[in-house]
Amino acid sequence: MNGMHADFLTLLAGIIGLLIMASGVGYALKQRIAPDGNNATIENLNARILAWWGMTAFLAVAFLAGRGGVILLFAFVSFAALREFVTLTDRRRADHWAIAAAFFVILPAQYALIWCEWYGMWSALIPVYAFLILPIIAVLQSDTEDFLMRISQMQWSLMICVFCASHVPALLFLDIPGFEGRNVLLIAFLIVVVQLSDVLQYTWGKLLGRHPVAPKLSPSKTWEGLIGGVASATLIGTLLWWITPFTPLQAAFMSLVITLAGFFGGLVMSAIKRDRGVKDWGHMIAGHGGFIDRLDSVVFSAPIFFHLTRYFWSMT
Amino acid sequence: MGQLLFKPFLAWITGNAITTFARFITAVRAVWDGVEPVPAQRVYFANHTSNGDFILIWTVLPPNLRSRTRPVAGADYWLTSRLRTFIGRDVFNAVLIDRNSETRTDDPMQLILDGIDTGASLIIFPEGTRNMTDAPLLPFKSGIFNISEARPEVDLVPVWIDNLNDVMPKGKLVPIPLLCTVTFGAPIRAEAGESREDFLKRAEVALLSLAPTDKQPDDAEVAA
Repeated sequence: MNGMHADFLTLLAGIIGLLIMASGVGYALKQRIAPDGNNATIENLNARILAWWGMTAFLAVAFLAGRGGVILLFAFVSFAALREFVTLTDRRRADHWAIAAAFFVILPAQYALIWCEWYGMWSALIPVYAFLILPIIAVLQSDTEDFLMRISQMQWSLMICVFCASHVPALLFLDIPGFEGRNVLLIAFLIVVVQLSDVLQYTWGKLLGRHPVAPKLSPSKTWEGLIGGVASATLIGTLLWWITPFTPLQAAFMSLVITLAGFFGGLVMSAIKRDRGVKDWGHMIAGHGGFIDRLDSVVFSAPIFFHLTRYFWSMT
Repeated sequence: MGQLLFKPFLAWITGNAITTFARFITAVRAVWDGVEPVPAQRVYFANHTSNGDFILIWTVLPPNLRSRTRPVAGADYWLTSRLRTFIGRDVFNAVLIDRNSETRTDDPMQLILDGIDTGASLIIFPEGTRNMTDAPLLPFKSGIFNISEARPEVDLVPVWIDNLNDVMPKGKLVPIPLLCTVTFGAPIRAEAGESREDFLKRAEVALLSLAPTDKQPDDAEVAA
């Protein structure tokens, strides 16, 4: 336990150091280039840094509060993300009860089942039970207009915002020999590597980006940014092997997988925003986007990270 | 004495519980587009689709504005039980008017003007009733014109409430969480010699211009 705390505090100190440096750079850029706040790139950078401070503070408090704290934190993240996602879906009055059930029954049940460590049930609740029950609730209202589209969007909202996101706290319940009591560091590893990959892709893209990966979708995502960001985040992930149950080589492989999943997750979520005709998912920070804008990559990489770790390292 | 202190305290707690709940469900955000959140006396006029409409406006007003802003609401609804009376009178400090012209004893317009004369800002819904149609707005009733004519020095601020009708459709007890915005637009006043019809039309246009583009009538409908 003490080992966990020591490692966790070392990691936290490192992150806070990085954030102080980033805030300093952000402040200097703003003073030097656009003190009146009319440079969108710098304003966006500073908003991101602020969001990371918030994320770090919330995660640190939740980690210190233990399993209950982490589960509660991610239940609220799921709630906020689902609220943003459902706002952008096609709904009709007939969907009211099905959507209410998604928020107030399925979501709490998912996190309660994770708390109970009932793996068989929480991994089936949304893909099996919600998948069958919600369309039944909706169909009983006898409104068939756009029915397939409505129920598909409802299911997608739950899969992304609740099912995928809940794999982050589920990491706490893996039973890895020799790693007992340190599972919270798996969450830290996942989030730190994926978020760093986001910022490094952004930085490399701003510095060298010439060739967009998907020009119609997101002109800011370039091959230079992708390769530079994934490579440097994988390097950092490798250097963090000591907080994980992995060897350095395994940590490198895991980092590569989750940064790539994160990148494609961001791309998929951009496509959905394009489709819905919006720039951001919400307004968590006024004018700077919503929860999903900051968490899309973590949400996509979490289930893959969970299952790889579970399959190869866990006893459960 | 205990009673005297206890009731305002309970009203304060209830008010905060209601705004916290509104934020939890809607993550409501104010957009000040053409007017600033400053403590000037105003009549906010908004579209009306849900019983929660004035709660959302009240929630996004900064506390110093909120304490001096009173919704105008139907006494025929708010005085029907002790709980509603407590919320309507003590929590929201509403100007309660009787919408039933046959049974009422007070003149609604006089109550509204009395409210303005105490220095309060007001929240009114000029459509008169909740809009259950597919049209973005129902035709405005005359009250808003009468107010501006009688108190021409008070600004009328259009307020568009977006998405709340999906959060709490009529007849559903459980709200569904969706993001909502409340957009405040540039103030208007009845000009000297302006006719009732012209002013009401202008007020409707001012309010509709704040709606998101997908909810505005397209050009064909306007031309027709």
